[in-house]
Amino acid sequence: MTAILSTGRGPQESRLSRAGALIVMLVFTLYFLIPIWWLFIASTKSSSQFSNTAPLWFADFNLFENVGQLVAYRDGVYLKWMLNSVLYAGLGALLGTLFAAMCGYALAKYRFPGRDLIFNVVLGGVLVPATALALPLFLIFSQVGLTNTFWAVFLPSLVSPFGVYLTRIFAASSVPEELLEASRLDGAGEVRTFFTISVRLMFPALVTVFLFQFVAIWNNFFLPLIMLRDEALFPVTLGLYSWNSQVNQIPELRLYVLVGAFLSIIPLVITFLLLQRFWRSGLGAGAVK
Amino acid sequence: MNLKRTAVAAAVLSAVVLSGCSSTGSDGGSAAASCAPAEGKVDLSFTSWIPGIEEVVDVWNKENPDIQVKVQTGPNGNSGTYQNFFNQLKAGNAPDLGQIEYDALPNFRVQNGLMDLGACDEVMAAKDDFVDWTWGQVSLGESDSVYAVPQDSGPMAMFYRADLFEQNGIAIPTTWAEYKEAAKQVRATGAYITNFSQGDINQFAGLVWQAGGSWFKNDGSDWTVDLTDPASKQVADYWQDLIDEDLVSTVPTWTTEWDNAYNSSAAWTWNSAVWGANSIASGAPDTAGKWAVAKAPQWKAGDSAAGNWGGSSTAVFTGSEHPYEAAKFALWLNTSDEALTMLNKSANIYPATKEGLNLPVLKEGVDFYGGQPIYDVFAEASSEVSEDFAWGPTMTQTYNDVSDGFKAAVSGNGTLLDALTKGQSATIDALKAQSIPVKE
Repeated sequence: MTAILSTGRGPQESRLSRAGALIVMLVFTLYFLIPIWWLFIASTKSSSQFSNTAPLWFADFNLFENVGQLVAYRDGVYLKWMLNSVLYAGLGALLGTLFAAMCGYALAKYRFPGRDLIFNVVLGGVLVPATALALPLFLIFSQVGLTNTFWAVFLPSLVSPFGVYLTRIFAASSVPEELLEASRLDGAGEVRTFFTISVRLMFPALVTVFLFQFVAIWNNFFLPLIMLRDEALFPVTLGLYSWNSQVNQIPELRLYVLVGAFLSIIPLVITFLLLQRFWRSGLGAGAVK
Repeated sequence: MNLKRTAVAAAVLSAVVLSGCSSTGSDGGSAAASCAPAEGKVDLSFTSWIPGIEEVVDVWNKENPDIQVKVQTGPNGNSGTYQNFFNQLKAGNAPDLGQIEYDALPNFRVQNGLMDLGACDEVMAAKDDFVDWTWGQVSLGESDSVYAVPQDSGPMAMFYRADLFEQNGIAIPTTWAEYKEAAKQVRATGAYITNFSQGDINQFAGLVWQAGGSWFKNDGSDWTVDLTDPASKQVADYWQDLIDEDLVSTVPTWTTEWDNAYNSSAAWTWNSAVWGANSIASGAPDTAGKWAVAKAPQWKAGDSAAGNWGGSSTAVFTGSEHPYEAAKFALWLNTSDEALTMLNKSANIYPATKEGLNLPVLKEGVDFYGGQPIYDVFAEASSEVSEDFAWGPTMTQTYNDVSDGFKAAVSGNGTLLDALTKGQSATIDALKAQSIPVKE
């Protein structure tokens, strides 16, 4: 039985190397999961138990009371921040993906002068960290009076050079010229062809771009820090940070920061779980081609 | 190849930054503007990070329909708000008013970010309302000028575990020499008398302040840096000695480890500011009722000198079109009983006015401290803080350099004094790099 299995599955690995691989995986799994576990445990404790009970195991289970307090604090400003984050990240990633798809598709499927130059500039954009752009953006937005508005965070989120890069590669390999020819012969315009045929073929790549962009905007911190003054516009990252910076003065904020941080990763987890299957097939499809 | 692209991108970027600056900057500078009331309704913007400041401003807005203040909050100064102020000053859209801690005021002053309120008669007339040394912190040593209205202060005293000292028959130290003796007795029980803060230089600065030192001086044109004056040396040697003899612990402050040391009776005293009362109460809830507050230990028996740790002010930024109204609001915020009481309730703000120290809330006994009216101790300390201590224009850098040295000293590399010496030369370099004149 084992002999059949091992011959059927390529070269046989030694028991030792398999155990080694397992240990490495186990160590890294723990390395990634322990902080999340710690955060979960910490959010279930009352503030007096937080510092004097075991950090990785439960004391009294106060999670729901804590969440209640967090949501009630300052008229529910935390919920407002979560909503802002969902809006910035959800809408921003959706539109960002659409623009990246159109741009990448055009670069892959049309021939026009300056095509390579544009692509190279976009590729250069991948190399410039978003943090480096925040201050120049602030000075530009100041001139047009857009700082401290929803747009100050939303507009820069629509740009995804990496998305353009990925969709271009993907469009080049997964949207056959023949199909486009056929659709043109049938009388469909370029826009209609793009939305009815190409987008469907590119879907796995688009999900990947959306996911990357969603996570990037959700975790974006520096841009909102520089742009926003009005607490009502804060995304959850900036809100928690500003609470955390006041822990010395208002110690009860520590609990809110912990519980708030724990709740704030839930939307990310949900998004990942929902989109995971597209994501996997997307990467696989790209790799095989 | 990649490098080349990055270089191109960087060049494009810096061009954007430069054009952004040149078109708007360089209209600051002429700070000593007139201070006349405006006609009609005035709208002001105010940035602060005090939790609950909105409710206080609401009270003002109700009483002053002609001067409406819009308040904005965010992270505390060093966590990003100061940097935002500088960005906004550069872009020409700074708020009218902003909260600035005393140690950051000189930095804004040398960058011409602050309006000189010396022209506002009402502000100058309020001078005597404020605790003397706080006025020194906002006038930056100039007699006819004032660059902000003092908001709160952090006079220092000694928090101690009254129960443990009594049970073990150890006398409450009143001088630093007695403190060291007490430290030995406490150590014999297995605990530490206190924790030396290796990362937070402000506590150390407060102790230097108490000893009569002053790290910076500005004679109007030149800055003098003196991190190693006799007082600083004395304080550094004293604590170095305690560290060497293992009489104090050195866990990083503001961590759970630190809270835990106090909560589990492993640390018995804390030489801290008035706002520290709340830090202990929340960090060490199991020790409620067992604490008390005494005057800080003195260098010479019979002396009475206190240090200060923290405190902030309300400043008016250059570029504000309504300095008169802004100053009026800043004065109300920091002198009226109503505002001071609200600020104390929502964020434990300890007033900078003489009158404010007698607020009814500050006369009550505090349960956590066994019912002791602890604010009386701090009120007395506040009157004993020296007026001479001044901050420099590059404090963030100074703090970083000295705290790196302190951390090294705690782990056995070099001494606290070495850290100060290094911090001194690094600070002088930083000032020179910013073309700020320094006398050596």
